[in-house]
Amino acid sequence: MATVRIPPVLRPKTGGQAEVEAGGADVGEVLRSLTAEFPDTQEQLFGEDGELNRYVNVYLNDEDVRVLDGLETAVKDGDTVVILPAMAGGRA
Amino acid sequence: MAIDTTRVQTIEEIEPFEAAEEINGGDVVLIDTREPHEYQEAHLEGGKLVPPGLLADEIATAAPDKSARTILYCRSGNRSAIAAAQLQQLGYENVASMSGGILQWQEQGLPVVAAHGMTPEQRERYSRHTLLPEVGVDGQVKLLNAKVLLLGAGGLGAPTALYLAAAGVGTIGLVDDDVVDASNLQRQVIHNTERIGMPKTTSARIFIEQLNPDVKVVEHNGRLDANNILEVMEDYDIVVDGADNFPTRYLLNDASVRLHKPVVSASILGFDGQISTFVPFEGPCYRCLYPTPPPAELAPSCSANGVLGVMAGTMGTLQANEVIKLILGAGEPLVGRLLLYEALGTTFTELKVRRDPDCPICGENAEQVPESEMGKFPDYDAFCSGAGGDRQTIAS
Repeated sequence: MATVRIPPVLRPKTGGQAEVEAGGADVGEVLRSLTAEFPDTQEQLFGEDGELNRYVNVYLNDEDVRVLDGLETAVKDGDTVVILPAMAGGRA
Repeated sequence: MAIDTTRVQTIEEIEPFEAAEEINGGDVVLIDTREPHEYQEAHLEGGKLVPPGLLADEIATAAPDKSARTILYCRSGNRSAIAAAQLQQLGYENVASMSGGILQWQEQGLPVVAAHGMTPEQRERYSRHTLLPEVGVDGQVKLLNAKVLLLGAGGLGAPTALYLAAAGVGTIGLVDDDVVDASNLQRQVIHNTERIGMPKTTSARIFIEQLNPDVKVVEHNGRLDANNILEVMEDYDIVVDGADNFPTRYLLNDASVRLHKPVVSASILGFDGQISTFVPFEGPCYRCLYPTPPPAELAPSCSANGVLGVMAGTMGTLQANEVIKLILGAGEPLVGRLLLYEALGTTFTELKVRRDPDCPICGENAEQVPESEMGKFPDYDAFCSGAGGDRQTIAS
């Protein structure tokens, strides 16, 4: 099982949980386990073509999966998958 | 203190001009054996402070190589002679004491790093800075000469401005078109109850001038857009991004890459914050990290979703820390690193951010975009209409 870190904007879709345990052999499988458990996260993570949305960054531990093997990046037990959309708050 | 002449006789003494030749030739460890307050007044460039009482404890750090050429100096040559003898006993093989000390050095017209440009009041005010080897008098003078532009005098801008002003950053520019509101005061610590209704830039200027008269505050009471951003940014060394909307963040990024100016960027929401430092062409830019912004429904603002007040303080002071390091050239700024802070669990997470070779702004094949296109991104028009009209400014 991997630990998936849920960003603040997605927490309403995961019942408020900031971390979710999800199984899978690679990053894509882990994220699909997440969307199976919390279907409302599907359209925010994936486009209609099944690819990750461009505005969602996904890291395996501390590395962007875009510089690894993308959704095919292998995941080991105990790894952390970080979902990170951009945030812009600060001035108001 | 009595001088043990039997030891002093065995040490090598050199004249200031001989020392200067060796120092200019390089490969010399230069040790200042005086007290911190003397060192602050004036010292030789490159001289490392090791006060006599701390010699045994600190010399190994200041001069780790016992075989290296090591030149000691003090005020007039007595304390350095004693220290030289002590170092020989500790096994240092190639030690010399500069006769006549820094007094004779200066009499001969040789240069020193002095607290020039700093008044006695400034030396007192910044003494806890100048005592740090990483800052010193040189570093404090750099801070006093630095010009930093803050985008936003609100949640992040308030604590950042507070600490930059206290640190003596000489010019602080503030961009904001908003006025102080009662709901700001839970986190925007440079404003206060009496100044509700006042432009934030003015309220911030009053606060900063009361805190530190050394700081010149420049008010940019308005909005940044593609037409004025280059002109506003031109006068500053570093920009601090605390904007609350994506169009401004992309606009600032594109302008900063164009002008080769570093940007310290943070954002906060709820109990979560993130911060990184973007130094154009040394590390990634904001577009390398976030090629496109999320759709409006996934980009909530603090006003709609709330933010823990102290989060602004935590992330804003981290921004101030990054700015000060960039000015001093000390330490490791957050270049190529994104730091996430989660306040409920009190956890920090660091992620790697890489330059995108295909980045449209700083990538290998990037062409300079026309000013009318600066700050735009794919689906910009759809984003901005979804977010409620023209948001190509820092307003929201």
